Amino acid sequence: MKLKDLPKEELYRCSYGCAGCSAVLAVRLTLKVLGRNSAFVVPANCISTVSCYFPQAPFFVPMTVMAFAATASACSGLSAGYKRRGRSDINVVGFAGDGGTADIGIQALSGAIDCGNKFIYICYDNEAYMNTGIQRSGLTPYGAVTTTTPGSCFENRPKKDMLRIVAAHDILYAATACTSYPLDYMEKVKKASEVNGPTYIHVLTPCPTGWGFAPDETIEIGRMAVESGMWKLMEFENGQFRTTYAPRKTRPVAEYFAAQTRFRQLSPERIAAIQKEIEATRD
Amino acid sequence: MSTRMPVKKYITANEAVAHAARLARVEVVAAYPITPQTTIVEKIARFIADGEMDADFLKVESEHSALTACMGVRMTGARAFTSTSSQGLEYMHEMLAYVSGGRYPLVLVNVCRSTALPWSIWGDQQDAIQQRDTGWIQIFTETGQEALDMVLQAYRIAEDHRVLLPVMVCLDAFIQSHTEELVEIPAQAAVDSFLPPYDAVVTMDVDNPYSISVGARGADYARWKQEQQEAAEKAGEIIEEVGEEFARVFGRDYGGLIEPYRCEGAEGVLLTMGAFAGTAREVVDEMRDEGKKVGLVKVRAFRPFPVQRLREVLAPVRAAAVLDRDCSWGYGGALATDLRAALYGLSSPPAVLNFIGGLGGADVPPEKMRYMLEKALAAERGTIPPLEFIDV
Repeated sequence: MKLKDLPKEELYRCSYGCAGCSAVLAVRLTLKVLGRNSAFVVPANCISTVSCYFPQAPFFVPMTVMAFAATASACSGLSAGYKRRGRSDINVVGFAGDGGTADIGIQALSGAIDCGNKFIYICYDNEAYMNTGIQRSGLTPYGAVTTTTPGSCFENRPKKDMLRIVAAHDILYAATACTSYPLDYMEKVKKASEVNGPTYIHVLTPCPTGWGFAPDETIEIGRMAVESGMWKLMEFENGQFRTTYAPRKTRPVAEYFAAQTRFRQLSPERIAAIQKEIEATRD
Repeated sequence: MSTRMPVKKYITANEAVAHAARLARVEVVAAYPITPQTTIVEKIARFIADGEMDADFLKVESEHSALTACMGVRMTGARAFTSTSSQGLEYMHEMLAYVSGGRYPLVLVNVCRSTALPWSIWGDQQDAIQQRDTGWIQIFTETGQEALDMVLQAYRIAEDHRVLLPVMVCLDAFIQSHTEELVEIPAQAAVDSFLPPYDAVVTMDVDNPYSISVGARGADYARWKQEQQEAAEKAGEIIEEVGEEFARVFGRDYGGLIEPYRCEGAEGVLLTMGAFAGTAREVVDEMRDEGKKVGLVKVRAFRPFPVQRLREVLAPVRAAAVLDRDCSWGYGGALATDLRAALYGLSSPPAVLNFIGGLGGADVPPEKMRYMLEKALAAERGTIPPLEFIDV
């Protein structure tokens, strides 16, 4: 895939997303790959909130707002309906946030993968319930402050490993990505669309509002997440995990933490311990 | 299975419902097991396995997902079906309102069962009544035949462009669900002419894309909900219209919103919903033979509530005894309390006595129905005697 080959046409525009929102960017990039032959299911999250209040309609493909816990089951039903109508070619896309995926939506996701209908489930991960005002989710990383894990009561549990959770379902294709690496992300979306069954893509979408950085630093923060080893770009296919992009230069995790306000209360000792863990798991 | 001639068989109401789903040419079924509903979807799975029904069966991981998947199917214009009971219906609660608010003409069969706690797999109607305000049309049936016939009618009612609301067809646990009776299974050809394929107003069409089921606020939200209320009211007319057409084609008439029985000149009338009407009819006959002026109203549609028809039938009556298999805790039986509101403003309204019975599968034998009617005959117009739990 080459950037110059991507269509000029924008199928998602004029949302009310915050300045520097990379969740909005993820929707745009997804539609650049999948085009008009797509249908979106968006549960309660930032995207539905900034996109879907009547008479606003930023999606130029059919879309529906969905209940928080119901993204994957709606995708499964939609896919089954399209199949009955002879339209299995349509890309059914569920676009849920981290809480909508790893917390309230995880049962339906597990069930829908098990059910086997063709759809692409995209979890855009901004690492907290941003839409409701930055509360911790099952994907909030260790050490982060949110409005429900304030100050010294910062998040003290690790992020759930969704890639391994969906891989444990023998899913045909799953991947992690980050909007700061758009080609890597889009190639994964393309690949998912070619699979005849449920697929899962987990895209890290840095959030200036919730993480505490300037709106023009979104792309850089995503790169820092990958370069520091806090996030990995991977694929799961044919039962195997594979790293799709390993940064040539790595940087200390302390730099990634220092660039955001949410990790401010982490002591140098804790940061050193996290750095050690990252070193231990580096490929 | 014959496609041209109806067939009579001894089957349970659950099996009758499975035949109805097959005859309605349902394309996708999504369901999760729960007693006493399960034999419906087991039978459907068997129909599909044996090639008697061309449908896909989504084995979902919960009722919440079952209803959501059906809604997804509906978004493409295909016909979907699900059934559940009790805890399962409660688990669907969030999605019930999504479906009605989104105006998806789904049909759901609820085999009415008690709700926990105490935990009970046995019958009453608490589950369905707890979903009263979710925006679904709710119709209670008495027999396997009526259940089959109402599922077919339910698709016509739901898919009518003047309605576009989901329909919950209710049957009673065990009395209907697991009891065999003689049921006439209509011929496919006759059902096909009665129930044409669904002509969807809006679908998730990539060639004509809409943002559907979106957010709205203030006046936009209110307008949306006002239209929903207007459609729910309109559904009353359509239920009667479709019932009349069904009677013309298939020869079985259930009376539309309510079925009054021997109410002419009655002084005391028993009201109930569902399978208990069968026993009540016998009791009314016995008491009429004794010269007692009693009658029965089987309330079929609980939503929309048949206000006008109930006022017409009950205005001349001295007292109405309502047997509720449910309770709105802190108030009273749902049918009784709604009935009192419906009769408000009559110059001399009947007394409305409220009996709560048949909870947790308790039987309500003829003697207890007679007791309720005798109490009604002794009541003064316009009074509201205290609530009685007759099972205890």
